[in-house]
Amino acid sequence: MGETIEATAHIASAMRADAPPAIVLENVNKWFGALHVLREVNLQVATGERVVVCGPSGSGKSTLIRCINRLEVHQQGRISVDGIELTDDLRSLDAIRREVGMVFQSFNLFPHLTILENCTLAPIWVRRMPKKEAEELAMEYLTRVRIPEQAKKYPGQLSGGQQQRVAIARALCMKPKIMLFDEPTSALDPEMIKEVLDTMVMLAATGMTMICVTHEMGFARQVADRVVFMDRGEIVESGEPEALFNDPKTDRLRLFLSQILRGH
Amino acid sequence: MSSSTADPRLSKAGPPKRPIRLSWSDERLRAIVWQVLVVGVIGAIIWWLWSNTVHNLEVRRIATGFGFLDREAGLPIGESLIEYDPSNSYARALVVGVLNTLKVAVVGVVLATILGTLIGIAKLSKNWLVSRIATLYVEVIRDLPLLLQLLFWYTILQSLPGPRQALNPVEGVFLSNRGMKLPWIEWQAAHDYALVAFLLGAIATWFVARANRAKQYADGQPRALWPWALGFMLGAPLLVWAVNGAPFTPDIPALRGFNFRGGLTVSPEYFALLIGLVTYTAGFVAEIVRAGIQSVNQGQWEASEALGMRRGEILKKIVLPQALRVIVPPMTSQYLNLTKNSSLAVAIGYQDIVSIANTTLNQTGQAIEGIAIIMLVYLTISLSISLFMNWYNAKIALVER
Amino acid sequence: MSDITLGQTPASTAPRSAPPVAATGAMAWARANLFNSWLSTAVTLLLAYLIIRYSISFVEWAFFNAIWQVPVVNGQAQTAACREIKGVGACWAVITEKHRFILFGTYPYDEHWRPLLVCFLFVGLYVISAMRRFWNWRLVPIWVGTLTLIGILMWGGLFGLSYVPQERWGGLPITLILSTFGLAFAFPLAILVALGRRSKLPAIKMLCILYVELIRGVPLISLLFMASVMFPLFLPEGMNIDKLLRAQIAITLFAGAYLAEVVRGGLQALSRGQYEAADALGLSYWHKTGFIILPQALRLVIPPLVNTFIGFFKDTSLVLIIGIFDLLTAGKTAIVEPAWQGFGVEVYITVGLIYLVFCFAMSKYSQDLERDLNQHRRR
Repeated sequence: MGETIEATAHIASAMRADAPPAIVLENVNKWFGALHVLREVNLQVATGERVVVCGPSGSGKSTLIRCINRLEVHQQGRISVDGIELTDDLRSLDAIRREVGMVFQSFNLFPHLTILENCTLAPIWVRRMPKKEAEELAMEYLTRVRIPEQAKKYPGQLSGGQQQRVAIARALCMKPKIMLFDEPTSALDPEMIKEVLDTMVMLAATGMTMICVTHEMGFARQVADRVVFMDRGEIVESGEPEALFNDPKTDRLRLFLSQILRGH
Repeated sequence: MSSSTADPRLSKAGPPKRPIRLSWSDERLRAIVWQVLVVGVIGAIIWWLWSNTVHNLEVRRIATGFGFLDREAGLPIGESLIEYDPSNSYARALVVGVLNTLKVAVVGVVLATILGTLIGIAKLSKNWLVSRIATLYVEVIRDLPLLLQLLFWYTILQSLPGPRQALNPVEGVFLSNRGMKLPWIEWQAAHDYALVAFLLGAIATWFVARANRAKQYADGQPRALWPWALGFMLGAPLLVWAVNGAPFTPDIPALRGFNFRGGLTVSPEYFALLIGLVTYTAGFVAEIVRAGIQSVNQGQWEASEALGMRRGEILKKIVLPQALRVIVPPMTSQYLNLTKNSSLAVAIGYQDIVSIANTTLNQTGQAIEGIAIIMLVYLTISLSISLFMNWYNAKIALVER
Repeated sequence: MSDITLGQTPASTAPRSAPPVAATGAMAWARANLFNSWLSTAVTLLLAYLIIRYSISFVEWAFFNAIWQVPVVNGQAQTAACREIKGVGACWAVITEKHRFILFGTYPYDEHWRPLLVCFLFVGLYVISAMRRFWNWRLVPIWVGTLTLIGILMWGGLFGLSYVPQERWGGLPITLILSTFGLAFAFPLAILVALGRRSKLPAIKMLCILYVELIRGVPLISLLFMASVMFPLFLPEGMNIDKLLRAQIAITLFAGAYLAEVVRGGLQALSRGQYEAADALGLSYWHKTGFIILPQALRLVIPPLVNTFIGFFKDTSLVLIIGIFDLLTAGKTAIVEPAWQGFGVEVYITVGLIYLVFCFAMSKYSQDLERDLNQHRRR
């Protein structure tokens, strides 16, 4: 696994140099009522780059990635995904949501549909794929996340780790160019975190552009090309994982690391 | 150590505004178009109905407007809380109707709450017989239409013997097919004063309770409230009454000719309506109370007992406040239902607002105004109760993240 | 959360014994549930005495001293015998004589098999709708088909059935028609209103709130009055709709508001994550609502839906006040004629039993269903 990652990292860094950035956030500001939750956020994510966003609770990291696929609306600034600008325009919104997949903290699988139906619903109705083709695609991704035998079961019958892997497969079935992860392992029991992280590592190895909000620093060290630290609505520090963790430049990051890396 | 003390996210200025673009794919434009469409269609339908109505009213020579309210009613009303005779205006007749509705609604609400609470608690009793009977009561009452129950009670009351052979279960109380007669006293001014004294005493007791609590917080010593309560709410009114001559002339109903004279009359219509409404609503109240008590989970009792609190204290400070949160919203809903259900009075001849408004609209031919009056009265009552409920819910809502 | 096992703890060597006799069996149950304290014992004895005493007198009145039939001379029932035993024995003869009228109103006597069949069709419809394996799109054609069949049977005029105008319909079929058709039409209306109420478009939201609060603030009687007296004014001259349809519209509007609140409860109970996941996948509003939100929300609120339906079923009895012949009205009218005046108690008990059977069955179903659904729901 390690070797594959090294190799892909090389390819990725090569890609990064030429291609236009996959995600651009320019002076993004967001308010919840009078509360200014994102303050002058500037961020660029290159195609194939893996970014981990971390920070204390309430720092705006979830809000940030939820702005990218318009689950939250930013009021000022510019966000563009894969060259498409994110505005009130419904057509651009549809186009963006097709290219961006999201995995939630509480999985959010549809409990009244089977695993297979969960994965084929959007490809059939949004991408207008024929049913057979969608089912083949779904089985392929379910195999990749290593639970093809659960296809006919219902989400309630699966464990948390299995459900989250299905959620990843479901998002992948839309063939997105970018994957967003909003604290994907925070709601899991400890023994199931590893299987989901392994799936995410496997995904990273394929060259997928990933933005991941997580507290799992081991994962960040292993996979991330860049770690972004946010606090109170703004990006405080950003850089390669080793550099950030071993040599924090600001007090705020130092405090955060001391709180979270206790025992690591 | 983190830097600034003030949270920089608490800015004073809010988000900037953005203008609408004129394009079909703009979300906001689409929203506006949809709304205009829907409102337009509904508006068109209403306009069509309205123009038909105006035309029909003209053709049938039906008057419009509320001018009829000043006309003489010519409407006999059997029982009323205020002075009324058929030569009064329609407006006054309608007011009598509203008061009649309130008379049955207020008394009904109080009795239904008491009965319903008792049955709800009985349902949770450890005695199997008691809980089964309570369950049976609730199940049967909730499965029969209210109108059926009202007709049933009315029929039973009508098949009581006439006044001459009236049932006399307790001294001074007579039951016949002309209603129930209860002993009362001749109401004098002294009694009015005593009533006022009682109300003032209740307010004073509340203030004393607050003062006692404040003093207990200060020095930890509990203070007894009951001597004050007794003095203010019992002693003071009695004193006022005694000072004013202590009048007490009992008014016992006595048979004179074909009916009773004197005493307090409860007409069979009112009585049947009251019994029907109270027994029916109590069934629903019982379920609400039971659910409320059960909603407070066992852990609350256990934790409180572990802290050494006594049962009465636990009930008052821990269980009841939490149970009330669950009980009050559906309870006010039931009060509202009882009030609306009192409109069934028209089926058994009790003259509430619906009955009187119905007669009015039959006599004047002005159906729209008549029905509008009925709906207005009930809407006012329900909106007031809803407002109270929202206020109460907001006040006691558990603060959550 | 592992147990702390201390290795060589010896297994218990005491022999297993049966619990003491007084702790199990009927005696023990009685001790725990009926006689567990002085107060409880006293209450049990008192209640038992009252129950036995009043049961005996009721059974005497209802069965032993009752008269089941009276002679009919020249079409006039001779009810003198009944009157003599009034208060002592029940006069079930009123049911024997009048049961057809109470059940079917003034429907032509020879065609009574049609409303009877209609009643069975309704019961069948309820039973099928209650079975979970029909809880999908198949329910819609079943309902449409059955309701159409019911319409054909009641009206006639087709397939060799004689035509029976609506004025002659009455009794139990009317009750079933008003409540079932009311539910059938009110349900889609309620879904739209509930969705509208949660919409972000202020005009639509306001309209839906207005509708719901207005209807829920007024008694059903006022709506029925409005239907019977005001609807003719709303329509252009020459166009008129008959009384039953007017009452049906009023009941549908009434039901729609209450059902809308129930559906709205379900929409609110659904976790926000479901909405977000559907959005993130790019599903359009109607796809999202139709595939994800409504199937889950409606399943959540089936018990309250059934309870609301029980309420309507009982509320249809109010059409008595605007002169439509449902089951209760037919019962009340049966005792209007001089021969049968005064035997209201017997009639109301019988009519009550019919309502009881329907409502209790539905209520029991809803309770069982709620228990079932709560078991399978994740904590």
